[in-house]
Amino acid sequence: MKPTQYTTTAIGLHWLLALLIVGSLGMGWYMVDLPMSVQRLKLFNWHKWAGITILVLSAARLLWRLSHPAPALPSTMPAWQRTASHVSHGMMYVLFFAIPLVGWAYSSAAGFSIVWFGVIPLPDWVPRSRELAELLKPWHGWLAYALAAVVAVHVAAALKHHWIDKDQVMARMLPWLRSHVRG
Amino acid sequence: MCVVELCHAFFIYTLAMKHLNTIYFSLAITAASLASTGYAQSAGTAKASAAKPAAVSAAPAAAQKLVLAQSSVGFVSRQMGVPVEGKFKRFDVQSNFDPKKPEASKVSLAIDLTSADIGNAETEGELKKPGWFDSAKRPQASFVSSAIKLVGAGKFEIDGQLTIKGNTQRVLVPLSVTQSGDTTLASGAFQIKRIDFKIGDGEWNDVSIVANEVQVNFKLTLTGVPKL
Repeated sequence: MKPTQYTTTAIGLHWLLALLIVGSLGMGWYMVDLPMSVQRLKLFNWHKWAGITILVLSAARLLWRLSHPAPALPSTMPAWQRTASHVSHGMMYVLFFAIPLVGWAYSSAAGFSIVWFGVIPLPDWVPRSRELAELLKPWHGWLAYALAAVVAVHVAAALKHHWIDKDQVMARMLPWLRSHVRG
Repeated sequence: MCVVELCHAFFIYTLAMKHLNTIYFSLAITAASLASTGYAQSAGTAKASAAKPAAVSAAPAAAQKLVLAQSSVGFVSRQMGVPVEGKFKRFDVQSNFDPKKPEASKVSLAIDLTSADIGNAETEGELKKPGWFDSAKRPQASFVSSAIKLVGAGKFEIDGQLTIKGNTQRVLVPLSVTQSGDTTLASGAFQIKRIDFKIGDGEWNDVSIVANEVQVNFKLTLTGVPKL
Protein backbone atom coordinates (compact mmCIF):
# COMPACT_ATOMS: atom_id res chain seq x y z
CA MET A 1 0.00 0.00 0.00
CA LYS A 2 1.24 3.42 -0.91
CA PRO A 3 0.98 6.13 1.73
CA THR A 4 -1.51 8.93 1.24
CA GLN A 5 0.88 11.69 2.18
CA TYR A 6 4.49 12.73 1.78
CA THR A 7 6.56 12.66 4.95
CA THR A 8 7.48 15.98 6.55
CA THR A 9 11.11 15.29 5.59
CA ALA A 10 10.15 14.82 1.93
CA ILE A 11 8.11 18.04 1.95
CA GLY A 12 10.94 19.94 3.67
CA LEU A 13 13.54 18.67 1.18
CA HIS A 14 11.23 19.46 -1.75
CA TRP A 15 10.84 23.11 -0.78
CA LEU A 16 14.40 23.63 0.36
CA LEU A 17 15.66 22.22 -2.94
CA ALA A 18 13.04 24.15 -4.91
CA LEU A 19 14.39 27.35 -3.37
CA LEU A 20 18.03 26.42 -3.96
CA ILE A 21 17.42 25.21 -7.51
CA VAL A 22 15.32 28.14 -8.68
CA GLY A 23 17.79 30.50 -6.97
CA SER A 24 20.77 28.83 -8.63
CA LEU A 25 19.12 28.83 -12.05
CA GLY A 26 18.40 32.54 -11.75
CA MET A 27 21.84 33.30 -10.37
CA GLY A 28 23.54 31.33 -13.12
CA TRP A 29 21.49 33.00 -15.80
CA TYR A 30 22.28 36.45 -14.39
CA MET A 31 25.96 36.02 -13.61
CA VAL A 32 27.36 34.45 -16.77
CA ASP A 33 27.42 37.62 -18.81
CA LEU A 34 28.64 39.95 -16.07
CA PRO A 35 32.01 41.59 -16.66
CA MET A 36 34.77 40.52 -14.29
CA SER A 37 34.29 42.08 -10.88
CA VAL A 38 34.35 41.19 -7.19
CA GLN A 39 30.56 40.80 -7.40
CA ARG A 40 30.86 38.35 -10.27
CA LEU A 41 33.49 36.33 -8.43
CA LYS A 42 31.25 36.21 -5.35
CA LEU A 43 28.20 35.14 -7.38
CA PHE A 44 30.19 32.39 -9.12
CA ASN A 45 31.41 31.04 -5.81
CA TRP A 46 27.98 31.23 -4.18
CA HIS A 47 26.53 29.50 -7.23
CA LYS A 48 29.09 26.69 -6.87
CA TRP A 49 28.42 26.37 -3.14
CA ALA A 50 24.67 26.22 -3.82
CA GLY A 51 25.27 23.65 -6.57
CA ILE A 52 27.23 21.33 -4.29
CA THR A 53 24.58 21.80 -1.60
CA ILE A 54 21.92 20.79 -4.16
CA LEU A 55 23.98 17.73 -5.08
CA VAL A 56 24.34 16.63 -1.45
CA LEU A 57 20.71 17.32 -0.54
CA SER A 58 19.53 15.57 -3.71
CA ALA A 59 21.50 12.49 -2.71
CA ALA A 60 19.87 12.59 0.73
CA ARG A 61 16.50 13.18 -0.90
CA LEU A 62 16.92 10.28 -3.33
CA LEU A 63 17.83 7.93 -0.47
CA TRP A 64 14.83 9.17 1.47
CA ARG A 65 12.57 8.75 -1.53
CA LEU A 66 13.79 5.20 -2.15
CA SER A 67 12.98 4.25 1.43
CA HIS A 68 9.74 6.28 1.67
CA PRO A 69 7.53 5.80 -1.44
CA ALA A 70 5.58 8.73 -2.80
CA PRO A 71 1.81 8.75 -2.23
CA ALA A 72 -0.34 7.25 -4.97
CA LEU A 73 -1.64 9.48 -7.77
CA PRO A 74 -5.44 9.95 -7.97
CA SER A 75 -7.13 7.01 -9.69
CA THR A 76 -8.92 9.50 -11.94
CA MET A 77 -5.67 10.50 -13.68
CA PRO A 78 -5.36 9.27 -17.31
CA ALA A 79 -2.52 6.86 -18.04
CA TRP A 80 -0.62 9.33 -20.22
CA GLN A 81 -0.57 11.84 -17.37
CA ARG A 82 0.78 9.24 -14.99
CA THR A 83 3.50 8.38 -17.47
CA ALA A 84 4.26 12.07 -18.02
CA SER A 85 4.47 12.57 -14.28
CA HIS A 86 6.89 9.67 -13.81
CA VAL A 87 9.04 10.70 -16.77
CA SER A 88 9.26 14.34 -15.68
CA HIS A 89 10.09 13.41 -12.08
CA GLY A 90 12.72 10.98 -13.34
CA MET A 91 14.21 13.68 -15.56
CA MET A 92 14.32 16.14 -12.68
CA TYR A 93 16.15 13.66 -10.46
CA VAL A 94 18.68 12.93 -13.21
CA LEU A 95 19.23 16.66 -13.72
CA PHE A 96 19.57 17.37 -9.98
CA PHE A 97 22.73 15.28 -10.16
CA ALA A 98 23.88 15.91 -13.72
CA ILE A 99 23.86 19.73 -13.57
CA PRO A 100 25.95 20.14 -10.40
CA LEU A 101 28.31 17.36 -11.48
CA VAL A 102 28.89 18.91 -14.91
CA GLY A 103 29.30 22.33 -13.29
CA TRP A 104 31.79 20.93 -10.80
CA ALA A 105 33.72 19.21 -13.60
CA TYR A 106 33.71 22.40 -15.66
CA SER A 107 35.02 24.41 -12.71
CA SER A 108 37.82 21.91 -12.13
CA ALA A 109 38.70 21.74 -15.82
CA ALA A 110 38.90 25.53 -15.93
CA GLY A 111 41.41 25.53 -13.09
CA PHE A 112 39.10 26.53 -10.24
CA SER A 113 38.69 23.83 -7.68
CA ILE A 114 35.60 24.19 -5.53
CA VAL A 115 36.03 25.06 -1.88
CA TRP A 116 32.55 24.48 -0.44
CA PHE A 117 31.47 27.52 1.56
CA GLY A 118 35.08 28.69 1.28
CA VAL A 119 36.01 26.04 3.86
CA ILE A 120 35.83 22.51 2.47
CA PRO A 121 38.11 21.85 -0.51
CA LEU A 122 36.51 19.39 -2.92
CA PRO A 123 38.62 17.16 -5.15
CA ASP A 124 38.89 17.73 -8.87
CA TRP A 125 37.50 14.61 -10.46
CA VAL A 126 38.43 15.65 -13.98
CA PRO A 127 41.83 16.90 -15.13
CA ARG A 128 42.53 20.57 -15.63
CA SER A 129 42.16 21.11 -19.36
CA ARG A 130 41.08 24.00 -21.53
CA GLU A 131 39.59 21.65 -24.14
CA LEU A 132 37.55 19.77 -21.57
CA ALA A 133 36.39 23.03 -19.99
CA GLU A 134 35.18 24.33 -23.36
CA LEU A 135 33.42 21.03 -24.00
CA LEU A 136 31.63 21.00 -20.63
CA LYS A 137 30.74 24.68 -20.38
CA PRO A 138 27.76 24.69 -22.78
CA TRP A 139 26.42 21.43 -21.34
CA HIS A 140 26.07 22.93 -17.88
CA GLY A 141 23.91 25.65 -19.42
CA TRP A 142 21.90 23.37 -21.73
CA LEU A 143 21.08 20.96 -18.93
CA ALA A 144 20.09 23.89 -16.71
CA TYR A 145 17.70 25.17 -19.41
CA ALA A 146 16.31 21.66 -19.70
CA LEU A 147 15.71 21.58 -15.95
CA ALA A 148 14.08 25.02 -16.05
CA ALA A 149 11.74 23.72 -18.76
CA VAL A 150 10.81 20.56 -16.83
CA VAL A 151 10.32 22.60 -13.64
CA ALA A 152 7.98 24.91 -15.57
CA VAL A 153 5.96 21.90 -16.73
CA HIS A 154 6.02 20.51 -13.17
CA VAL A 155 4.67 23.77 -11.71
CA ALA A 156 2.07 24.12 -14.49
CA ALA A 157 0.89 20.54 -13.93
CA ALA A 158 0.65 21.09 -10.16
CA LEU A 159 -1.43 24.24 -10.68
CA LYS A 160 -3.61 22.41 -13.18
CA HIS A 161 -4.26 19.68 -10.61
CA HIS A 162 -5.19 22.30 -8.04
CA TRP A 163 -7.27 24.70 -10.08
CA ILE A 164 -8.67 22.64 -12.93
CA ASP A 165 -8.79 19.05 -11.69
CA LYS A 166 -9.39 20.28 -8.14
CA ASP A 167 -7.65 17.21 -6.72
CA GLN A 168 -5.22 16.76 -3.84
CA VAL A 169 -2.05 16.36 -5.92
CA MET A 170 -0.60 19.84 -5.29
CA ALA A 171 -1.86 19.87 -1.72
CA ARG A 172 0.35 16.84 -0.99
CA MET A 173 3.32 19.17 -1.09
CA LEU A 174 1.47 22.12 0.48
CA PRO A 175 -0.13 20.66 3.62
CA TRP A 176 -1.79 23.98 4.52
CA LEU A 177 -3.81 23.73 1.30
CA ARG A 178 -5.40 20.44 2.26
CA SER A 179 -8.21 21.71 4.41
CA HIS A 180 -9.11 24.32 1.78
CA VAL A 181 -9.51 21.81 -0.98
CA ARG A 182 -11.07 18.99 0.91
CA GLY A 183 -14.79 18.51 0.47
CA MET B 1 20.11 10.77 9.56
CA CYS B 2 21.91 10.55 6.30
CA VAL B 3 22.44 14.32 6.15
CA VAL B 4 24.31 14.18 9.42
CA GLU B 5 26.36 11.28 8.18
CA LEU B 6 27.23 13.13 5.04
CA CYS B 7 28.35 16.13 7.07
CA HIS B 8 30.45 13.82 9.15
CA ALA B 9 32.00 12.28 6.08
CA PHE B 10 32.77 15.71 4.70
CA PHE B 11 34.34 16.73 7.97
CA ILE B 12 36.69 13.77 7.89
CA TYR B 13 37.35 14.47 4.27
CA THR B 14 38.24 18.09 5.06
CA LEU B 15 40.74 16.96 7.63
CA ALA B 16 42.26 14.63 5.08
CA MET B 17 42.46 17.39 2.50
CA LYS B 18 44.15 19.71 4.98
CA HIS B 19 46.70 17.03 5.61
CA LEU B 20 47.30 16.63 1.90
CA ASN B 21 47.66 20.37 1.56
CA THR B 22 50.38 20.35 4.17
CA ILE B 23 52.25 17.75 2.20
CA TYR B 24 51.69 19.62 -0.98
CA PHE B 25 52.93 22.86 0.50
CA SER B 26 56.05 21.33 1.89
CA LEU B 27 56.74 19.96 -1.57
CA ALA B 28 56.05 23.33 -3.09
CA ILE B 29 58.38 24.96 -0.62
CA THR B 30 61.12 22.55 -1.55
CA ALA B 31 60.47 23.38 -5.16
CA ALA B 32 60.42 27.08 -4.52
CA SER B 33 63.72 27.23 -2.75
CA LEU B 34 65.29 26.54 -6.11
CA ALA B 35 63.41 29.11 -8.05
CA SER B 36 65.22 32.19 -7.03
CA THR B 37 68.37 31.32 -8.87
CA GLY B 38 67.80 34.13 -11.10
CA TYR B 39 69.53 36.05 -13.68
CA ALA B 40 71.41 39.08 -12.49
CA GLN B 41 69.98 42.17 -13.95
CA SER B 42 69.12 45.51 -12.48
CA ALA B 43 65.56 46.73 -12.42
CA GLY B 44 66.60 49.36 -14.94
CA THR B 45 67.87 46.77 -17.35
CA ALA B 46 64.74 44.77 -16.79
CA LYS B 47 62.65 47.68 -17.92
CA ALA B 48 64.86 48.36 -20.93
CA SER B 49 64.56 44.82 -22.21
CA ALA B 50 60.92 44.64 -21.27
CA ALA B 51 59.74 44.01 -24.80
CA LYS B 52 61.67 40.77 -25.01
CA PRO B 53 61.81 39.44 -21.49
CA ALA B 54 63.26 36.14 -22.47
CA ALA B 55 66.18 37.80 -24.21
CA VAL B 56 68.53 38.18 -21.32
CA SER B 57 71.44 40.50 -21.96
CA ALA B 58 74.60 38.53 -22.58
CA ALA B 59 76.55 38.72 -19.37
CA PRO B 60 79.68 37.19 -17.90
CA ALA B 61 77.72 34.18 -16.73
CA ALA B 62 76.79 33.07 -20.23
CA ALA B 63 78.27 29.66 -19.41
CA GLN B 64 75.34 28.92 -17.10
CA LYS B 65 72.16 28.33 -19.04
CA LEU B 66 68.55 27.70 -18.22
CA VAL B 67 66.88 24.61 -19.69
CA LEU B 68 63.43 26.16 -20.11
CA ALA B 69 61.69 22.89 -21.00
CA GLN B 70 62.69 21.39 -17.65
CA SER B 71 61.97 24.48 -15.61
CA SER B 72 58.91 26.14 -14.19
CA VAL B 73 57.95 29.34 -12.46
CA GLY B 74 54.46 29.37 -11.02
CA PHE B 75 52.27 30.98 -8.46
CA VAL B 76 49.25 30.13 -6.34
CA SER B 77 46.77 32.79 -5.33
CA ARG B 78 43.58 32.32 -3.35
CA GLN B 79 40.18 33.59 -4.47
CA MET B 80 37.50 33.13 -1.82
CA GLY B 81 39.47 30.23 -0.43
CA VAL B 82 40.08 28.65 -3.84
CA PRO B 83 43.73 28.09 -4.71
CA VAL B 84 44.24 29.22 -8.29
CA GLU B 85 47.45 28.03 -9.87
CA GLY B 86 49.24 29.80 -12.65
CA LYS B 87 52.53 29.43 -14.40
CA PHE B 88 54.71 31.47 -16.69
CA LYS B 89 55.62 30.06 -20.04
CA ARG B 90 58.52 32.40 -20.69
CA PHE B 91 61.25 33.35 -18.28
CA ASP B 92 65.00 33.33 -18.25
CA VAL B 93 67.80 33.10 -15.80
CA GLN B 94 71.11 34.80 -15.78
CA SER B 95 73.34 33.06 -13.37
CA ASN B 96 76.87 33.26 -12.13
CA PHE B 97 76.37 30.79 -9.34
CA ASP B 98 79.15 28.93 -7.66
CA PRO B 99 77.79 26.76 -4.82
CA LYS B 100 81.23 26.84 -3.23
CA LYS B 101 81.34 30.62 -3.27
CA PRO B 102 77.75 31.69 -2.74
CA GLU B 103 78.76 35.14 -1.46
CA ALA B 104 80.49 35.85 -4.74
CA SER B 105 77.57 34.50 -6.79
CA LYS B 106 74.91 36.51 -8.51
CA VAL B 107 71.69 35.27 -10.01
CA SER B 108 68.71 36.88 -11.57
CA LEU B 109 65.43 35.84 -13.12
CA ALA B 110 63.33 37.68 -15.68
CA ILE B 111 59.71 36.68 -16.17
CA ASP B 112 57.52 37.57 -19.11
CA LEU B 113 54.24 38.45 -17.39
CA THR B 114 52.37 38.28 -20.69
CA SER B 115 53.11 34.54 -20.71
CA ALA B 116 51.01 33.83 -17.62
CA ASP B 117 48.95 30.66 -18.02
CA ILE B 118 46.08 30.25 -15.57
CA GLY B 119 44.20 27.65 -17.55
CA ASN B 120 41.38 29.79 -18.89
CA ALA B 121 41.28 32.69 -21.30
CA GLU B 122 38.85 34.78 -19.27
CA THR B 123 41.08 35.07 -16.21
CA GLU B 124 44.17 35.53 -18.34
CA GLY B 125 42.49 38.45 -20.12
CA GLU B 126 41.64 39.95 -16.74
CA LEU B 127 45.18 39.46 -15.44
CA LYS B 128 46.64 41.54 -18.29
CA LYS B 129 44.62 44.58 -17.26
CA PRO B 130 46.28 47.61 -15.64
CA GLY B 131 44.83 46.79 -12.21
CA TRP B 132 46.55 43.40 -12.21
CA PHE B 133 49.79 42.74 -14.12
CA ASP B 134 49.45 45.66 -16.55
CA SER B 135 51.51 43.41 -18.76
CA ALA B 136 51.09 45.42 -21.95
CA LYS B 137 52.88 48.32 -20.31
CA ARG B 138 55.19 46.42 -17.97
CA PRO B 139 55.61 42.94 -19.37
CA GLN B 140 58.64 42.02 -17.33
CA ALA B 141 59.05 41.07 -13.71
CA SER B 142 62.51 40.50 -12.35
CA PHE B 143 64.31 39.10 -9.39
CA VAL B 144 67.90 40.13 -8.73
CA SER B 145 70.01 38.67 -5.96
CA SER B 146 71.92 40.97 -3.67
CA ALA B 147 73.40 38.32 -1.38
CA ILE B 148 73.48 34.54 -1.39
CA LYS B 149 74.50 32.45 1.59
CA LEU B 150 74.84 28.78 2.33
CA VAL B 151 72.46 27.61 5.05
CA GLY B 152 72.85 23.82 4.86
CA ALA B 153 73.89 21.01 2.56
CA GLY B 154 72.59 22.07 -0.84
CA LYS B 155 70.50 24.77 0.83
CA PHE B 156 70.97 28.44 0.22
CA GLU B 157 69.19 31.63 1.01
CA ILE B 158 69.02 34.38 -1.54
CA ASP B 159 68.38 37.90 -0.41
CA GLY B 160 67.18 39.83 -3.39
CA GLN B 161 64.94 42.40 -4.98
CA LEU B 162 61.75 41.40 -6.73
CA THR B 163 60.30 43.93 -9.15
CA ILE B 164 56.78 43.63 -10.55
CA LYS B 165 54.96 46.51 -12.27
CA GLY B 166 57.85 48.79 -11.33
CA ASN B 167 57.39 48.06 -7.62
CA THR B 168 60.44 46.61 -5.94
CA GLN B 169 60.40 44.66 -2.70
CA ARG B 170 63.08 42.79 -0.83
CA VAL B 171 62.45 39.05 -0.67
CA LEU B 172 64.27 36.20 1.02
CA VAL B 173 64.21 33.13 -1.14
CA PRO B 174 65.11 29.67 0.14
CA LEU B 175 66.94 27.66 -2.48
CA SER B 176 67.53 23.91 -2.70
CA VAL B 177 70.13 22.74 -5.13
CA THR B 178 70.62 19.22 -6.41
CA GLN B 179 72.88 18.09 -9.20
CA SER B 180 72.96 15.14 -11.51
CA GLY B 181 75.45 14.85 -14.32
CA ASP B 182 76.01 18.32 -15.67
CA THR B 183 72.58 19.66 -14.82
CA THR B 184 71.67 21.51 -11.67
CA LEU B 185 68.16 21.70 -10.34
CA ALA B 186 67.46 24.77 -8.23
CA SER B 187 64.05 24.98 -6.64
CA GLY B 188 62.14 26.77 -3.96
CA ALA B 189 59.03 28.67 -2.96
CA PHE B 190 58.35 31.87 -1.16
CA GLN B 191 55.43 34.08 -0.39
CA ILE B 192 54.83 37.61 -1.54
CA LYS B 193 52.07 40.06 -0.76
CA ARG B 194 50.35 41.15 -3.95
CA ILE B 195 49.32 44.54 -2.55
CA ASP B 196 53.03 45.42 -2.08
CA PHE B 197 53.33 45.20 -5.85
CA LYS B 198 50.00 46.88 -6.55
CA ILE B 199 48.68 43.70 -8.15
CA GLY B 200 44.89 43.87 -8.04
CA ASP B 201 43.88 47.41 -7.25
CA GLY B 202 40.55 49.20 -7.04
CA GLU B 203 37.85 46.90 -5.70
CA TRP B 204 40.28 43.97 -5.89
CA ASN B 205 42.23 45.53 -3.02
CA ASP B 206 39.89 43.55 -0.79
CA VAL B 207 42.17 40.79 0.49
CA SER B 208 39.21 38.92 1.96
CA ILE B 209 38.20 38.13 -1.62
CA VAL B 210 41.60 37.64 -3.24
CA ALA B 211 44.19 36.85 -0.58
CA ASN B 212 47.12 39.19 -0.24
CA GLU B 213 49.52 36.26 0.07
CA VAL B 214 50.65 34.72 -3.17
CA GLN B 215 52.90 31.72 -3.21
CA VAL B 216 55.62 31.76 -5.85
CA ASN B 217 57.29 28.48 -6.70
CA PHE B 218 60.09 27.73 -9.06
CA LYS B 219 62.09 24.84 -10.41
CA LEU B 220 64.99 25.82 -12.57
CA THR B 221 67.18 23.43 -14.47
CA LEU B 222 70.56 24.89 -15.28
CA THR B 223 73.63 23.71 -17.07
CA GLY B 224 77.16 24.92 -16.45
CA VAL B 225 76.88 25.38 -12.70
CA PRO B 226 80.03 24.31 -10.77
CA LYS B 227 79.75 21.27 -8.51
CA LEU B 228 78.27 21.59 -5.04
